[in-house]
Amino acid sequence: MKEIVVIIGGGIAGLEAASKLLDLGYSPIIVEKSGRLGGHVARWNRLFPDMTPAADIVSELTERTKGANIFLNTEISFINRLRDSYNIKLSNGISINTSYILFTTGFSLFEAEKKEEYGYGVYDQVITNGDLEQWFNTGEDHRISGKEIGHIGFVHCVGSRDEKARNSQCSKVCCITAIKQAIELKEKFPDAEIWCFYMDLRLFGKKFEDFYTKAQRDYGIHFIRGRVSEVSENIEGKVIVKAEDTLAGKPIKITLDLLVLMSGMVCSQDSTKTAGMLSLPVDSDGFLKSSDNVMHITSSPKNGIFYAGACTGPKTVPETLAEARSAVLEIHSHISRK
Amino acid sequence: MMENIFGFSISPSSAINMDKVDRALFEELCRVEPDAVRCMACGSCSATCPAAAFSGMSIRKVLLCLQRGKEKEAFRMMSNCMLCGKCTMVCPRGINTRRLVLSISRIYGKEDTK
Repeated sequence: MKEIVVIIGGGIAGLEAASKLLDLGYSPIIVEKSGRLGGHVARWNRLFPDMTPAADIVSELTERTKGANIFLNTEISFINRLRDSYNIKLSNGISINTSYILFTTGFSLFEAEKKEEYGYGVYDQVITNGDLEQWFNTGEDHRISGKEIGHIGFVHCVGSRDEKARNSQCSKVCCITAIKQAIELKEKFPDAEIWCFYMDLRLFGKKFEDFYTKAQRDYGIHFIRGRVSEVSENIEGKVIVKAEDTLAGKPIKITLDLLVLMSGMVCSQDSTKTAGMLSLPVDSDGFLKSSDNVMHITSSPKNGIFYAGACTGPKTVPETLAEARSAVLEIHSHISRK
Repeated sequence: MMENIFGFSISPSSAINMDKVDRALFEELCRVEPDAVRCMACGSCSATCPAAAFSGMSIRKVLLCLQRGKEKEAFRMMSNCMLCGKCTMVCPRGINTRRLVLSISRIYGKEDTK
């Protein structure tokens, strides 16, 4: 009998895991709460550092998981732990018995309106990284379209490294995403001046540093080291941004037509809710806790339950895909040992 | 200047207002020295500068001042440079800081004589 593996979440981690499980001859079932596959990546336009279209990745993964059972618009109603398996009841009434559950529940984008001082939802000139990607995809956003855009700002670390926002972790990908989006905006508005306000630039990945240098040298994007303290609106309908230029040791002020907030990755509430059904532990950063953060990042402390992707912390796309493959291999060795 | 008869005075604001900064000369500098913007403010140049300890010279700060419209401050620092080139030797970004100092003098000096 083909072993069933239930994958919770149809984002890129879930899809990649399902495709690899199919390759190994198992029968994966994907449970996705929304009406489409691809998660956050499906809402993104292009990916750093090679500007790969996000749609290509999602369609390739979707194509590869054709053989899997996929339930869209479906949530987990409850999970019962049996002696050595789990009974999962879905919101569509179906119940599944399985020995293996893979959490690929991902993350949520930090709700930028929580940082009131940045004025998201208050001023029409303030958008988030997610809004900007949506605009790259659809070209529709009254806050950007049809306006004269001469000066653009980016605020790094919105809701990340912020203990008052209850997220002390670094979201890892926003530095490079801000640089990518700044370059893309410069391509769309070649005459615009673009300013990035950062605390640190954490450019750890392959080609990230080159990307940063390119942004400065070839695209003339300016970087100011200092966290934005407040945003206000002037009578002409532009936003005034105040910060400290910590390299100059002086307060700095600039008037902008558009301000992009780099919302960070936070644990998704649905993820913790589902994990709660199995009494799975949550780590100090709010993400799901692996049985070990070095050797067993894809294992939960409970038998038969595995993690992959951003449900255990902020991750890049390649890291998420690699983790999905690694979790599948882990599941495979468990099944083979039986 | 009027004598200060009240015993107090108003200090000028030290804040940087980017809306009023004219970037034309810095852009001209970037055309000749495109690497100028790649400075990551590590401070190696200032740490090795023999003039720094006595005069406050720092090519890192000079670059920043020019970008923030504080030319006078930049020139005051730069006047202490002895063009020894030690900063060029230590720069991890490979910026030719010695040549940069000369280019700044040429481009900004030209403006002074106008």
